[in-house]
Amino acid sequence: MMKGIKKWRLFALMTTLLVFLAGCGREEISTLIPAGEVAQDQFNLLILSSIVMLFVIIVVSIIFVLAIVKFRRSKMGEDMIPEQVEGSARLEFLWTAVPIVLLLVLAVPTVYSTFDLADVSTMDVQAEDGTSTHLTVNVTAALYWWEFEYPEQGIVTAQELVVPTDERVYFNLISADIKHSFWIPSVGGKLDVNPENVNTFYLSFDQQSSELEDGVFYGKCAELCGPSHALMDFKVKSVDREEFDQWVTAMQEEEPAAAEGDLAQQGEELFGADGLACISCHATSGAGGTGGVGPNLATFGDRNRVAGYLEHNEENLKNWIQDPQEYKPGNLMPDAASLNDGEELSDQELDALAAYLMGLSVEE
Amino acid sequence: MSSIAQKKGFGATIWDFMTTVDHKKIAILYLISGGFFFLVGGVEAMLIRIQLAKAGNDFLSAGLYNEIITMHGTTMIFLASMPILLAFMNAIMPLQIGARDVAFPFLNSLGFWLFFFGGIFLNLSWFMGGAPDAGWTNYASLALASEGHGIDFYTLGLTISGFGTLIAGINFLVTIINMRAPGMTYMRMPLFTWTTFVASALILLAFPPLTVGLFFMIFDRLFGANFFAVDMGGNTIIWEHLFWIFGHPEVYILILPAFGIFSEIFAIFSRKRLFGYTALVFATILIGFYGFMVWAHHMFTVGLGPTANAVFALATMIIAVPTGIKIFNWLLTIWGGNISFTVPMIYAVAFIPSFVAGGVTGVMQAIAPLDYQLHDSYFIVAHFHYVIVGGVVLAILAGTHLYWPKMFGTMLSEKLGKWTFWFFFIGFHLTFFIQHFLGLMGMPRRVYTFGADQGWDLFNAISSAGAVLMAIGVIIMLVNVVMTTIKNERVGNDPWGDGRTLEWAIPSPPPFYNFAQTPLVRGLDTYWIEKMEGNKKGMIFAEPLGDIHMPNGSIIPFVMSLGMFIASFGALYFLDGDKPWALAVLVIGMLILFGSMLLRSLKDDLGFHITKAELLEDAKGGKTDGH
Repeated sequence: MMKGIKKWRLFALMTTLLVFLAGCGREEISTLIPAGEVAQDQFNLLILSSIVMLFVIIVVSIIFVLAIVKFRRSKMGEDMIPEQVEGSARLEFLWTAVPIVLLLVLAVPTVYSTFDLADVSTMDVQAEDGTSTHLTVNVTAALYWWEFEYPEQGIVTAQELVVPTDERVYFNLISADIKHSFWIPSVGGKLDVNPENVNTFYLSFDQQSSELEDGVFYGKCAELCGPSHALMDFKVKSVDREEFDQWVTAMQEEEPAAAEGDLAQQGEELFGADGLACISCHATSGAGGTGGVGPNLATFGDRNRVAGYLEHNEENLKNWIQDPQEYKPGNLMPDAASLNDGEELSDQELDALAAYLMGLSVEE
Repeated sequence: MSSIAQKKGFGATIWDFMTTVDHKKIAILYLISGGFFFLVGGVEAMLIRIQLAKAGNDFLSAGLYNEIITMHGTTMIFLASMPILLAFMNAIMPLQIGARDVAFPFLNSLGFWLFFFGGIFLNLSWFMGGAPDAGWTNYASLALASEGHGIDFYTLGLTISGFGTLIAGINFLVTIINMRAPGMTYMRMPLFTWTTFVASALILLAFPPLTVGLFFMIFDRLFGANFFAVDMGGNTIIWEHLFWIFGHPEVYILILPAFGIFSEIFAIFSRKRLFGYTALVFATILIGFYGFMVWAHHMFTVGLGPTANAVFALATMIIAVPTGIKIFNWLLTIWGGNISFTVPMIYAVAFIPSFVAGGVTGVMQAIAPLDYQLHDSYFIVAHFHYVIVGGVVLAILAGTHLYWPKMFGTMLSEKLGKWTFWFFFIGFHLTFFIQHFLGLMGMPRRVYTFGADQGWDLFNAISSAGAVLMAIGVIIMLVNVVMTTIKNERVGNDPWGDGRTLEWAIPSPPPFYNFAQTPLVRGLDTYWIEKMEGNKKGMIFAEPLGDIHMPNGSIIPFVMSLGMFIASFGALYFLDGDKPWALAVLVIGMLILFGSMLLRSLKDDLGFHITKAELLEDAKGGKTDGH
């Protein structure tokens, strides 16, 4: 008998734990598993306000339950007329004053944190050699993809943000078309990407993304921006400073390494100006300029997803190239046939393009 | 709905409602059309929850999904919640202050028909090339980029129905200021009248910014102006400000009358005077006042800077104080009372925990840095459904049960009402409670799909299951309405037995002139005072029985609104270029509008008198027809 109860207890405990863990979501995206200083601050505010609010809920619940249990008509009698109480100045004062005190408890950290999180004054601090002491990334949001420019380093990438861990990274956000919102839930709150002004803030990444199950943090567009708003995802790779510097150096190399293998070389030709002219929208060099019509593909082979959300394999890549509208309705990429004088690409051509693109890599 | 209306035959009844200026009949019109749009919005909600029931669902396409969420929000706010609350204001408020009608019966009718045609116009977009798809907030950069005419249906439709609401608000303000019976001082007004008063003031001040924003948007989209076109020097943030300067008070326009309904219910079914009436009144006024100073909390992530964010965060937190005052006064009203758990009362009782839950998450979102995480996530979806469904919709359901006998002279079934309550209440919490966690787990709002790799499957499935329960509750409610109408068991003046205010002192439904003699009010809860003193008539009178002057019905409000409705189609298609008839439609519509305005101005309509003899006849049991 005792054993049964113990087992049951263990089971209950495990279930509760499971529900609790499920309630926290995935560490790649959940705000409840903060992986950065900013998200941690915001999580602490969440806990603080939840405690204060829980207090309010408990007080209200006690009065509420007592009232509806004690004063039911079945207890009070059908004909009983209660005393017509007008009110109580003392009670009114009490439930005005106590909430004000509770709000003050919340107000102080709110104001402090609001100014703290908006403090980008160290952004432009320069070391003696004239370089910035902090990394700045210029983010441009477009329908439905993200461009990340590292102005100090002179490199550009897209869809996959690479950042060093354990330091503040500053972001300048601007939209190329309509309003979007830049959000990496597990690293920090969102900031809108407006078409008319640059918004600036910072985040810091305290965990290397390689420790995550999926190897990247998930970034989201948080402002309705049209049919494919739900698919306007990006990914974040956080690496230690040393690895980051290596990545930057690799990106800075002017020309990408030549395509290896016949298939990939055929793909490169198709990609180029004499083929389908994909290159007129998509740069393949990380050292290129900004403002591309389509995402920069210099790191395509290193990425975690195709089109920001599809699993990273050749099959998905080929499907995407053939019919981008099918996968991201409303995006601006033409389907392959329209670039090929109306003819569908052959399987062999698609294989070639996929081989070439998958070979675009700056890692290793 | 009186026996006379039924004898008249169907066509004559329709004509009667099209021409009526009687606040009680206009209330029924608001209730029916608001109820219809509530069902439409509910179907849209179900489609949303079906689409999100599992990861990667393809039940709806991306574009259609955006149209549905836009129309769900717009319909529920503008075409369902507000009109149903306006129905109760129309039906009850004049009775509560002892008036024979509102101050401007003609305008009352005009306000309804403008709302009605605006709502129909907006919903016709479904059949005429696609509905608006930029969210109910219609943020400018997305709205300007939206193809087709969906956004134009939104701007023109809301402009028309907005005029209607503005007219209704002004009308109620004047009514409450001018038409109170002798002795009905401001501090003796029932709380529902008070909240109607403050909500009307909010309508008066909040709708003009929306109208300005909509005009800018109409000019940008139809006539090539550049208020919001960034590449031409326009600014889209202006739209956000204008929208939320309207949008935040709008929330209080909805919730204050809901508070009013619950205040009445708590007092009636606890058989007890409202605890802290004065505090409740001042809390209402304060909430209305602060409501205008917090709009930027919808814009914490826009990048307004830390100073603006901090100021608006603190201002927003302050609103929790008067709201808390209300909650505690209601609790103390039922404390020491004699609670009867009728259907209206169980809704009111259920409202307290639901609304407190919505209120505390509101305070959490007032903490600007925390809001950077919560904003535009499913957390905010959960929050505003907790306050709007847990506050406004519960009040609408409660009010429907409470005032149904006063409006139609027959009681909704208590048994079916309780079934509705349990399905709706459990479904509501099941649907929305879990959405708080979806938001915290990183799920943005307004996404038409989500990947299986995001960890949101289970909670979304639970949420969709809850929505089914809510739908079942609403269906039972419809069955209840039909069965009650068929049974048609007539009830007396005070069917709940514990009515406290003037509307319960007169027949259900009241005669078309409401009060044969204007009552004299001796204190708060007039009818209760008279009852306690054993006054069988339920009131004392401020005047001897005499002739009553009443307004004539008129078809002109209907025709005027129809004119605007027609003209809007002309404006909508005017700049397509390939539709030469559009200009003609625009002109014809405007001619109908201005023609009927001219007719109204030139034709003297002096109304008619009910003679004392007719009133005496009526009192004996005969019925006088108001034409």
